[in-house]
Amino acid sequence: MSLIVDVLSGGVRGGTSIMYAGLGETVSERSGVINLGTEGSMLVGALGAYAVGVETGNPWIGVLAGAAAGGLLALLHAYLVVRRGASQFASGLTLLFLALGLTSLFGASYVGQPVVGFDKWDVPLLSDIPFVGPIFFQQDPLLYLSYFMVPLVWFVLFKTRVGLLIRTAGERSDSLTVHGYSVRTWRMIAVTVGGCLAGIGGAHLSTAYANAWFENMVAGRGFIAVALVIFAVWSPFRVMGGAYLFGTAIALGPALQARGYEINQFLLDAVPFVLTLVVLTVLGKKTLSSSPAELKRVFENAPPAT
Amino acid sequence: MSMRKSTLGVLAGLAAGAVILTGCSSATETKATASEGAPGEGTSAVGFIMVGPKDDYGYNQAVYEGSEVIKKEFPDVEVMTAENVPEDDTAATTMEQMIDKGAKLIFATSYGHLDAALKVAEDHPDVVVVQQGNTITDDVPDNSGTYFGTVYEPMYLAGIAAGASTKTNKLGYVYAFPIPQTIANINAFERGAQSVNPDAETITVSTSSWCDPGKQQAAAESLLSQDVDVLTQHQDCTATVIQAAEKAGAMTVGYHADASSIAPTGWLTGAVWDWGPLYTDIVKTVIDGDFVGSEYNDNFRVGYKTGTNPFVLAPYGPDVTEETQTKITEAQKWLGTDEGSPFVGPVLDQDGKVKVEDGDIPTYADVDAMDYFVQGVVGKLAQ
Repeated sequence: MSLIVDVLSGGVRGGTSIMYAGLGETVSERSGVINLGTEGSMLVGALGAYAVGVETGNPWIGVLAGAAAGGLLALLHAYLVVRRGASQFASGLTLLFLALGLTSLFGASYVGQPVVGFDKWDVPLLSDIPFVGPIFFQQDPLLYLSYFMVPLVWFVLFKTRVGLLIRTAGERSDSLTVHGYSVRTWRMIAVTVGGCLAGIGGAHLSTAYANAWFENMVAGRGFIAVALVIFAVWSPFRVMGGAYLFGTAIALGPALQARGYEINQFLLDAVPFVLTLVVLTVLGKKTLSSSPAELKRVFENAPPAT
Repeated sequence: MSMRKSTLGVLAGLAAGAVILTGCSSATETKATASEGAPGEGTSAVGFIMVGPKDDYGYNQAVYEGSEVIKKEFPDVEVMTAENVPEDDTAATTMEQMIDKGAKLIFATSYGHLDAALKVAEDHPDVVVVQQGNTITDDVPDNSGTYFGTVYEPMYLAGIAAGASTKTNKLGYVYAFPIPQTIANINAFERGAQSVNPDAETITVSTSSWCDPGKQQAAAESLLSQDVDVLTQHQDCTATVIQAAEKAGAMTVGYHADASSIAPTGWLTGAVWDWGPLYTDIVKTVIDGDFVGSEYNDNFRVGYKTGTNPFVLAPYGPDVTEETQTKITEAQKWLGTDEGSPFVGPVLDQDGKVKVEDGDIPTYADVDAMDYFVQGVVGKLAQ
C-alpha cells in the first residue's frame, strides 16, 4: 500500500510542472497556435524563479518572475508567428534553443546556490484522509495553486467572453474578424498566457520540486506537455489527469529501484513517451477530428496563422 | 661607402634587437637557465582549465580553490584559470592561448580533457600538461602525466559515520553510472558502515545522469520513503539530494564539497577535494625542472598509503559523536598502513560469492576493476 501511495504522491508532485505547461499550451493551441518552445518557457521560468528567489528570498516573487520570463519568450513566438508569418514549428524550436543557451549561460552562477523554495504544507483535515490525503494534500503551496488553476482555465476558456474569443480564433478565425475582433491580438494573448503558465511550471520544478537549478533541468518536460495537450483532446481537466499519469511513470523508476527491484532504467525513462504513443494510437482518429480547426491547418502544412 | 654604412646600421640594429629580446626573456624567468631547460622549468605562469563553472559547489570549485592556493604559494607566478572549457578541441585552443601568454605548466582538470591535453603536450615539448582523473594508456610523454586521488578511502570513513549514526540501519546512495569510481565508493561506504554496524545496508538508486535535479529529487524521495535516514550521492551537483534529506529530517553525507551550510541539522561529514597540497607539489616539481622522470610524469594516483590523498574528509556535523570521530581517525591511520583497506578479505558480493579471499588485501588497481556490489548493498548494478 505504501508503495502505491508513495509513487502516486511523487507522481502528482513531479507531474505538476508538466500540468502547468500543459494548461498553458492548451490555451495557446485553442487559439490555433502550437508552441514547441514551451520547453524554453519552462526553462526561463525555472531559472527566472530560481534566480529571483535567491536574490529576494521570496519564492512567490520568484514565481512572478518565472511567469513573466516564460510569457516574454512566448510573446516572442507569438510575434514571429502571428505578425511575421513564421512557421510555428520553426519559431518554437528556435526559441527553445535560444532559451537553452541563455539559461545555461546566465544560470551558471546559480548552480549550487541554495534557494528558499516552497516547503511542504499539510492541508488541515484533508491531509489526514487515508490514501487521498498523502497523495494530494501533503504537497507544496504552488502545487495547491495548480488545483485552482485547472478549473480557472476551464472556466475562462468555456464560460467567459475572453475564452470564447480565444477559441473562436482557433476554430473559425474569419468569424472573429467579421464581428470586428482582431484574430492576431487574441492569438498573441493566448500564446503569451500559455508561456506564463509554462513559466510557472518551470518555477515549480526549480523552487518546489528539485530546489536546484542546473542547465537543461527541464529535461524534455515541455515536449511531454505539448504531447499531453493533444491526447487530452485540448481539455484542461484531462490535461490534469494526463500530467499526473506521466508524473507517476517518471516516479516509478526510482521507486522500484529503492525497493530492490531489478529494472532497466532506460526502459522506464521511455515509459512517458511510450504511453503517449499508445494513447495517440488508440484515440488517433478521434484526436485529430476534435482538434481546433485552425490547428489542423498547421499540421497539414497550411499557410501560417497570420 | 653608404652601402656599408647602412649595412652596418642594419647589423647594429639586429644586434641591439637580439640583445634586447634576450634581456626580455631572461627577465621573465624566475630561475637562471644554466641548462637547456627541462619542460616547464622556471615557468612564470600556470594555467588551469575547468569543464564547468568555478562556483558549482563541487568538482570545479575544488579545482579553482586549488588554483588559489597556487597563487598564495607562488606569488611570482601568474595563475590563469578558464571555466566552462568543453571536453573537445576547444580545450586545446584555450590551452594554446595560455601558452601564448607564457604558461609552461597547464592543468587540464576534467576527465574528457585528456585528448586535447596530449595534443597540446605533443605540440609544445617545453610545456608540461598534466591531466586530472583519466589514464594515459600508451607511453607517457616526457612532458605529460595524469593524477588523481583515491576517492573511496574517505567514503569508507564517511560510511563509518553513517553506520554509527543511523537509527533505521538503512543508508541511501544516489548515483549516476556504474563506473569503477562509483562502484568503489558505494562498496567502501557500505563496508565502512558495516565495520561499526553489521546490520547497516545501503540502498542504491541510479539516475543515469550526472546532474538532473528532477531525477535526483525522485530518487531521494523514493529512498526516504523507504525509511532511509542517511543519504549520500555520487553526482556533480549535490544540492537537491541534500536538501531533500534535510527537509525530511534525515542525515547527509556530502560529496565533492562541504555543503554543511544547507544541511545544518543533518550533516554528518563528506568526502571533499583539497587539491592545494598536490597542486603545490606538482608546480614546485615543474618549476625546479624535475618533472621528467618524476612520479608525476606517469599515471599518478595517491591514497592514504602513498601520500596525501587530495580527497579528504569534510568537517563533522553536530550528530557525529566523539566516539565515532575517534573510530574514524583510527580507521584513517589504519588505511594508511599496508594492512589497511576497506576491502580486506573476506569480501562477498550480493549473491554471497567470495570475491576477495580471507586476509587478502586488494591493490588500488584491483579496486578499480570491481564490477560488483558487496553484500549489504541493495540494488542491482545499473546496466
